[in-house]
Amino acid sequence: QVALLDVDICGPSIPKMMGLEGEQVHQSGSGWSPVYVEENLGVMSVGFLLSSPDDAVIWRGPKKNGLIKQFLRDVDWGEIDYLIVDTPPGTSDEHLSIVQYLSAAHIDGAVIITTPQEVSLQDVRKEINFCHKVKLPIIGVVENMSGFICPKCKNESHIFPPTTGGAEKMCQNLNVSLLGKVPLDPQIGKSCDKGQSFLSEVPESPATASYRSIIQRIEEYCHQHHFPEEKMI
Amino acid sequence: FLPERSNLTGVRHILLVLSGKGGVGKSTISTELALSLRHSGKKVGILDVDLCGPSIPRMFRVQDNDVHQCDSGWVPVFVDQDKSISLMSIGFLLEKPDDAVVWRGPKKNALIKQFVADVAWGDLDFLIVDTPPGTSDEHISTVEALRPYKPLGAVLVTTPQAVSVGDVRRELTFCKKMGLRVLGIVENMSGFVCPHCSECTNIFSKGGGEELAKHAGVPFLGCVPLDPQLSQSLEEGRDFIQEFPKSSAFPALTHIAQQILDGTSQRSS
Repeated sequence: QVALLDVDICGPSIPKMMGLEGEQVHQSGSGWSPVYVEENLGVMSVGFLLSSPDDAVIWRGPKKNGLIKQFLRDVDWGEIDYLIVDTPPGTSDEHLSIVQYLSAAHIDGAVIITTPQEVSLQDVRKEINFCHKVKLPIIGVVENMSGFICPKCKNESHIFPPTTGGAEKMCQNLNVSLLGKVPLDPQIGKSCDKGQSFLSEVPESPATASYRSIIQRIEEYCHQHHFPEEKMI
Repeated sequence: FLPERSNLTGVRHILLVLSGKGGVGKSTISTELALSLRHSGKKVGILDVDLCGPSIPRMFRVQDNDVHQCDSGWVPVFVDQDKSISLMSIGFLLEKPDDAVVWRGPKKNALIKQFVADVAWGDLDFLIVDTPPGTSDEHISTVEALRPYKPLGAVLVTTPQAVSVGDVRRELTFCKKMGLRVLGIVENMSGFVCPHCSECTNIFSKGGGEELAKHAGVPFLGCVPLDPQLSQSLEEGRDFIQEFPKSSAFPALTHIAQQILDGTSQRSS
């Protein structure tokens, strides 16, 4: 049972990616109802509260924090196995607030996404420092857009070159796990735009294999940290 | 109320580079626009108001530079002896490059006000303001602080796919609500030509930026393809416009700069 909470208040992408554009949030006695993709996958996003795709959410920090609090307090998720929180880029209000408001619950950790080049890594190191500052455990780093294999000649191009060793080197230096690398695949963007599951639509893509391996490692991490006594076996 | 003499008095044109979406190439476009305008003989400044993820210093290989004070405020960092491009970014103010700026809105707003008022730019033809993604504190504060100086307008950057365009539509609404003219839309990462066999693959789809421009009635400034030489240049802080005139992104990037220049000469006449 999975819940996906989109706290990117200015740029909510999750509704579109899940094929839920145009859906609205319903209220009931027990709170706000998440919008369900499937029976076991519920979603919440500010996107569902906007009436037009042109509507901009031009809010300063405090108002954004208020909505995030509401999302956590008023959404009736029911019993869930995983709550995944998608965040905007940065180390600001949304990030501080979500960590603060969830501090009473137990956050297993953060998955940090980067692309291979130093321009991205230099920001990701800051994000790693943010996690240390707020005592948020780091599950690991994913190197996205990691290489492109030309569909015609099968040669690889490093469109976003790992000039300083990519995520691999950074993870070694900072002692965090590299969960995996996901190559560029035009089908990923296409699936997201159509609101379809890339994993189901293109099961044979090398990117699918990468995603699945990364997801498995995340599940293992969460399982180990929740049931430490099982490690004794 | 326009102050009689301020640090922006000598700046002829101010333009903002915006996007609703992260990672689409705002800082890249800001950098290449500055380099192209410099190539046309202009003096350019870049004000980097991305406080959490300041990318501009590294793109000019001056990430280790310090900022000094003078009587009128902060001296911007010049990228070379030429002094034709100058920069201001929080990146120069961090003690260590990996230091995270974990600030809520009010503290960010205070620094942005200072950045807009207290950098001693001197005489510039163009001041380019590079922004973080979104429509929040940084954007509201920057536009409000710049309003008395009548910015030229905003260049909006998107990648071709719908998920990016969806956020940039909201950014257009932001511009409208804030009274900021839209100079045009750039569709970045638009197609990739394989350097080995020349096959073109639309990795991030194609056409979304152009369609949005048409739908919104704003100028379309062009498609910039994915170009590993451009990425490499930015990594090394090199002058792509000077050094790679034959590379695939060069024509599109210089065309964007030309349209901006044409726009300003039209306005003067």
